[in-house]
Amino acid sequence: MNAPAPGLSAADTCIDSRFTVPGMRCAGCIGKVERGLAAVPGVAAARVNFSAKRVAVSHAPALTEDAIIDELRKLGFEAERAADNPLGRDDAETKRLLRALAVAAFGMMNIMLLSVSIWAGADAVTREMFHWISALIAVPVILYAGRPFFSSALMALRYRRTNMDVPISIGVLLATGLSLYETIVGGEHAYFDGAVMLLFFLLAGRVLDAMMRSRARSGIASLLGRMGRGAHVVQPDGTTLYVEAERLAPGMVMLVAAGEALAADGEVLEGRTTIDSSMLTGESDPRPAGPGDTIHAGMVNLGNPVRLKVTAAAQDTAIADIARLMDEAGQSRSRYVRIADKASRIYAPVVHSLAFLSFCGWMLAGAGIYQSLTVAVAVLIITCPCALGLAVPAAQVVAAGALMKRGLLIKDGSALERLAEVDEALFDKTGTLTLGEPRPTDLFALDPRARAIALALAQGSRHPLSRGLALALREAGTEPAALDDLAETAGSGMTARFEGHDVALIRPEIETAGLAVDLMVDGTRARIGFADPLRPDVAETIAALGRQGIGCGIVSGDRVETVASVAADLGLAGSGGMSPSQKLDLLGERAAQGHKVLMVGDGLNDGPALAGAHVSIAPGGASDVSQQAADAVFVGERFMPVALAVRVARATMGIVRQNFAMAAIYNTLAVPLAILGFVTPLIAAIAMSASSLLVVGNSLRLARAAGPESAS
Amino acid sequence: MSILGFLIPLALLMGLVGLGAFFWAMKSGQFEDLDGAANRILIDEEEEDK
Repeated sequence: MNAPAPGLSAADTCIDSRFTVPGMRCAGCIGKVERGLAAVPGVAAARVNFSAKRVAVSHAPALTEDAIIDELRKLGFEAERAADNPLGRDDAETKRLLRALAVAAFGMMNIMLLSVSIWAGADAVTREMFHWISALIAVPVILYAGRPFFSSALMALRYRRTNMDVPISIGVLLATGLSLYETIVGGEHAYFDGAVMLLFFLLAGRVLDAMMRSRARSGIASLLGRMGRGAHVVQPDGTTLYVEAERLAPGMVMLVAAGEALAADGEVLEGRTTIDSSMLTGESDPRPAGPGDTIHAGMVNLGNPVRLKVTAAAQDTAIADIARLMDEAGQSRSRYVRIADKASRIYAPVVHSLAFLSFCGWMLAGAGIYQSLTVAVAVLIITCPCALGLAVPAAQVVAAGALMKRGLLIKDGSALERLAEVDEALFDKTGTLTLGEPRPTDLFALDPRARAIALALAQGSRHPLSRGLALALREAGTEPAALDDLAETAGSGMTARFEGHDVALIRPEIETAGLAVDLMVDGTRARIGFADPLRPDVAETIAALGRQGIGCGIVSGDRVETVASVAADLGLAGSGGMSPSQKLDLLGERAAQGHKVLMVGDGLNDGPALAGAHVSIAPGGASDVSQQAADAVFVGERFMPVALAVRVARATMGIVRQNFAMAAIYNTLAVPLAILGFVTPLIAAIAMSASSLLVVGNSLRLARAAGPESAS
Repeated sequence: MSILGFLIPLALLMGLVGLGAFFWAMKSGQFEDLDGAANRILIDEEEEDK
């Protein structure tokens, strides 16, 4: 299915483009997309990445990306240009860790084979030979697989701080050094197996952590990119060309279709339309715009296609100010100290002084330097935080996986830690508590036949109103009617013929206050009004958060009266008319009073607040900026994932504490043995694997944490 | 004991081959699209294809 299309030889220069196609759900879709695209003239090859919901197309330069998106739409799939994934740089990190893990696993298995025969009582000559072979395997393996720890520890020490990697590195290096010495002098005990096994278990924890991050981020990346990253610019010859947002310049004429967001500030030249500015200001009511009006970047065109002259682009737009605020707000969060690092601040000094004290103790007791050093290294190895290194990532990965199944993508483990501490939640209104999309308000006014016709008409169009109507009708169980001659007139609506009569879904002739369309059936007009409804389970979610001791409030940029009425409905305190910086100030105030605030918001105007809050969540329909600023993204229409996230985060921290407790109990049992000099490499290996398995097993209990509330 | 001189290098060699295979698989993108590979087997090759 990757056979080159006829007429294209390999010598032709092809360019590669990537598109996200969220609608691919089965094997049939893969086949349909790949075959359908391969049949398009100018396409050399198309390859679907099903996990990432992406398709890579290699095509002739003459074929534009828009044409390919059109072809995909003809195949029945909505597609978008894939952004150069701004979150995708972790992929390389995950691969590096995976390679290190593979090398550590190779080393561990081979050294363990040799070690088992030594423990089984190999005689001196064989033992020495096996020690030498182990050393030959272990030294390169440790140098390679240990790099992530060594470099992180060095980095921490350079800034005169300590983290979990410092005791790990010291333990591994000392164990290796001592074992090398043992090997050279022909001693009895070499800890190569312990050192490599330690690296293996810790790398497993790191790999899990990295995979969790990259999985969530690729999920988020596939949601990104719908909002004004470029515009169709009208060329002097009348054709249009897609221009990236950064390359738009004042004076260019943009053509903005219905449903598109503006990539730059502009003045309307031609056309009348309705503009949704909720992303930028939080205001929920769409407002009309006509020639001479200025529309800002980030606002969405709901109505008719319009032509605009660009007045300000890139760094000069209203969005750029918000971006600057966000940069400043995000810096407070980088000061957050993760629980593993907090633990290591207590742990490292205790372990290192214990090792030092046992060295001193044995010296005073009259043992030689060599024997005292052996004991000190044994203490370091036995306490080396195998279980401790797994305690946090194992629990967080399981929890993040459980949350992902319920529609919440967590970007990293620190987000879970901060979520667990939350004691107050602030919500944006438009797009967060509400769906952020227009939905019909009075479907029941239509009879079943009219509904079937309306659905058939609406599903033929990409207009936001049509999409909302089609979605609501499908949910109500309507089957589309069979229509003939379906046609869309941009700026007017859909027309078709049904059983020989004209039917149409068109915009009202008179300008109405809100959004509405008229359905024409049998010569009569029926008005369908649209509003932006609350998410179905907002009240339940707020109640669930309340049960967890979290007070809720609304902060919105919408008009004060609108916010007040929604707030009253939900029984919350609400403040409206807030600018992005006012939201940020409010968060600062709450933080100063000692509150840990969860911010949930979607719009560009929430960006600074999302970046500045203790922890933040954005809905999947949010602006790119907000999704990147937030710690987590929830998908779908339901609001409950927000309450679920807090509950699971708290359960996770409970498990993490249990894991730490288990590691502590293990240490209190094992350390005296080590100090007394009873620890052989065999005991170290058993203790290390047993404690790691215990911690992982305990963490797996979290897989059920995202279940019904009563279960936890 | 001389058998060790043969078996240990053999064990190491086999381990290295496995490691090499894993590195190759990672480099050639075998792990890029795990769900896709599972689904692709269900796609019928079309008769007119090729």
